[in-house]
Amino acid sequence: MIVGWPCPDAAAPAGTRDEWALVFDRGRARRVLIAPALFDEHNRLRRFAAETMRRLDEAGIDTMLPDLPGTNESLAPLDQQSLGGWRMAMAAAGRHFAATHVLALRGGSLIAPDLPGWSLGAIAGTSLLRQLLRARVLAAREAGREETQEALLEMGRKAGLDLAGYRLGPNLIDDLQHAVPAPHLITIAQADLGGAGLWLRAEPGESPEQSAALARRIVQDTPA
Amino acid sequence: MSTSADQTLRQILADVLGLDPARVARFDRDTGLFGHLPELDSMSVAGLLTEIEDRLGFIIDDDDVDGELLETYGSLLAFIEARLASA
Repeated sequence: MIVGWPCPDAAAPAGTRDEWALVFDRGRARRVLIAPALFDEHNRLRRFAAETMRRLDEAGIDTMLPDLPGTNESLAPLDQQSLGGWRMAMAAAGRHFAATHVLALRGGSLIAPDLPGWSLGAIAGTSLLRQLLRARVLAAREAGREETQEALLEMGRKAGLDLAGYRLGPNLIDDLQHAVPAPHLITIAQADLGGAGLWLRAEPGESPEQSAALARRIVQDTPA
Repeated sequence: MSTSADQTLRQILADVLGLDPARVARFDRDTGLFGHLPELDSMSVAGLLTEIEDRLGFIIDDDDVDGELLETYGSLLAFIEARLASA
């Protein structure tokens, strides 16, 4: 089910603006907030995340997957966002939905709120940024233009940058250069899910087996 | 041909491109990559190179990335073996 939730927004008159979240919420005691992967990786992991949520629902655990401001259905401008803002947004969503745990996917570990939980495939901000910069450099080269990661980064920190179809503002780029995964989360090894990470795939995919394995692990770690 | 680099590279290609491992196992030195595999676009090339860096422990300079590097399975493997040998 898709529901709205009040997300902090300093620019809005009320101080919040509504964002959407995919939820499986039956008012149960165990409530897991999903901190989504960032940028193109979220597209490739969304079906995996939704399938994992379905498995957890069957196992008696509520889950919520909020849109980050500026992404998915959000009407907020992406180039105004920062990791700090997204961290506040996730914390607010956690409070609104009374989450008891967090499951961070990939770059979601950079914005996970201070709840107990797990991270899958956690990645440092610099690595995420480098991959996006490299994709842009390679695409430019194919089009006959020569760009370098250093020059792009310099430009991005002043004026923002288009990376993999996302318009990132200077604050977000600067934040990514320094952000490291939340240290308090339990690391779930991708190898334990029995297959390669779906974020690696060139196209969005799904794996019911991996979703089931991830859900089993969470159920096991959170006795009813 | 160093067996471990060869196996690691095949595993990475299967993981990143979502290819059937049996198909990747049949790749030989002349198997075409960029321009031959529809799965391999600039975003997935970036993912592929990052994954090679992570799993094999060296950094690939963007200047090293050109059409020749990704032309065939053999050219990519030769580059990786040369980097591992000089490490």
